[in-house]
Amino acid sequence: MLKVQNLTVAYSDTPVFTDVAVNFNAGKITGIIGPNGAGKSTLIKAMLGLIKAQTGTVEFNGHTLKQFQKQIAYVEQRKDLDLTFPISVFDVVLTGTYGRLGLFRQPSKADRQRCLAALQRVDLADLADRQIGQLSGGQLQRVFVARAILQDAQLIILDEPFVGIDLQSETAIMAILHQWRDAGKTIIVVHHDLNKVSRYFDDLVILNHGIVDYGPVQDVYTPANIERTFSADLSAVLFTQGGAQ
Amino acid sequence: MQSITTFITALGKYDFLQSALITAIMVGIMSGMIGSFIILRGMSMMGDAISHAVLPGVAVAYMLGINVMIGASVFGILAAGLIGLVANKSKIKTDTSIGIVFSAFYALGFILISLAESSTNLHHILFGNILAVSDTDMMTTTVVLGLVILFIVFFYKELLITSFDPTFAQTYGFKVQVLHYALMLVLTLVTVSALQTVGIILVVAMLITPAATAFLWTDRLGVMLGLAAGIGAVASVVGLYFSYTFNWASGPAIVLVAAVLFGISFVISPKQALLPSLFKGKARMGRRVPA
Repeated sequence: MLKVQNLTVAYSDTPVFTDVAVNFNAGKITGIIGPNGAGKSTLIKAMLGLIKAQTGTVEFNGHTLKQFQKQIAYVEQRKDLDLTFPISVFDVVLTGTYGRLGLFRQPSKADRQRCLAALQRVDLADLADRQIGQLSGGQLQRVFVARAILQDAQLIILDEPFVGIDLQSETAIMAILHQWRDAGKTIIVVHHDLNKVSRYFDDLVILNHGIVDYGPVQDVYTPANIERTFSADLSAVLFTQGGAQ
Repeated sequence: MQSITTFITALGKYDFLQSALITAIMVGIMSGMIGSFIILRGMSMMGDAISHAVLPGVAVAYMLGINVMIGASVFGILAAGLIGLVANKSKIKTDTSIGIVFSAFYALGFILISLAESSTNLHHILFGNILAVSDTDMMTTTVVLGLVILFIVFFYKELLITSFDPTFAQTYGFKVQVLHYALMLVLTLVTVSALQTVGIILVVAMLITPAATAFLWTDRLGVMLGLAAGIGAVASVVGLYFSYTFNWASGPAIVLVAAVLFGISFVISPKQALLPSLFKGKARMGRRVPA
């Protein structure tokens, strides 16, 4: 379980959120939703130690961030990457071994085989030699999921993995998330689109400059919460015709 | 053609020309390789800044009679640190911070050099004087080339991941900043070596142009490093030949040859280039594979 306690993050004195306390359970896929600028990406970046929090602690199974750093796989937003970089699909996935290898050690033959297996798992083995800029959005997202597979982490955090990808990639990625869940890993997904929320996630965190609500998705994904966080119109659209799916 | 024969004959005859050629090749190789990382990290401005910021270090080294490498390294790292400090601790953007720091260092360098006067020749520092390379200079350049190669071999993984995906490197606890400053240190050493061949003002061209040319020809980092080194070396040799034959300043001659190589590549290389895209037209878009 990932335990976040009284976490506060501010950009130049304007707090993004204050005193956030939330738990993410092992063996669950937890979605984080909220309006634009609600602090979703900021929350996960603070949990990962990528940005400095003013106050607060983050613990994973009783360990501090430094102790469990090698247990994390982070799948960042595709738009943050340089897609013209001279690197192949295979070599991107292989960077998933770097954290474990540390300095002065090179990926072994076994690592390369695991890398190929991870690519096969996301159905991209035949594109292994492509330069990454030549892939579609969905294929690229699968490449980064394959890297997370290679990292073999206990905590996997994905930032907007389903934005602008095709159905085939979405299905493939969901299958892998389910596999991770069944293996007892903790999976956190920042999510933008409110459709499919209850189909994707077991638990849900609603964020809007602080925690609005969190818990099992059926308890949290309610018309009242959506109306409170987003708008009454959106709530009406989402919850008519058979309620929350 | 006559002049090429003359150049080769002269190479056999004059030691100074041999030293010049060997030094020029070594500088071409090291700046091509380090330059590849500089352009991939989007740090071309930083490369330019560091190369200018070593000037006071060169002056101080002359004044104190210590090795130029030491003086230059101190000021190179100091400049890199100040640029980072101003950009991180204020709302000023990095490019502005670079502009402020490097121009100040450069100005300080000018004043210090005019104070030192003596045997230092400002013109040679600024534009390079490859034909005056001493044996010590050549030795130093050899050591720097060795360091550059070792640095890239030992930290290849780290250089790759921090250039391509620094956020990812941070998530597994890698100290991205430490490698950044190590790269800045190596860049400073390369800069001082390149002072001999192309001079301070044109060092940035040796860092960027061969690397950018190589980038146009390949999709693999390893290949890019090798190509950039090769292109840097070729530009140095051909530039030296022009410099010797037509009595041009060595720096501008080398840099112009590198620019011509880039221009040719820009027109005919398969990636992002003029000619293939003219022929293929919209077909280039087809490189994106639909899912």
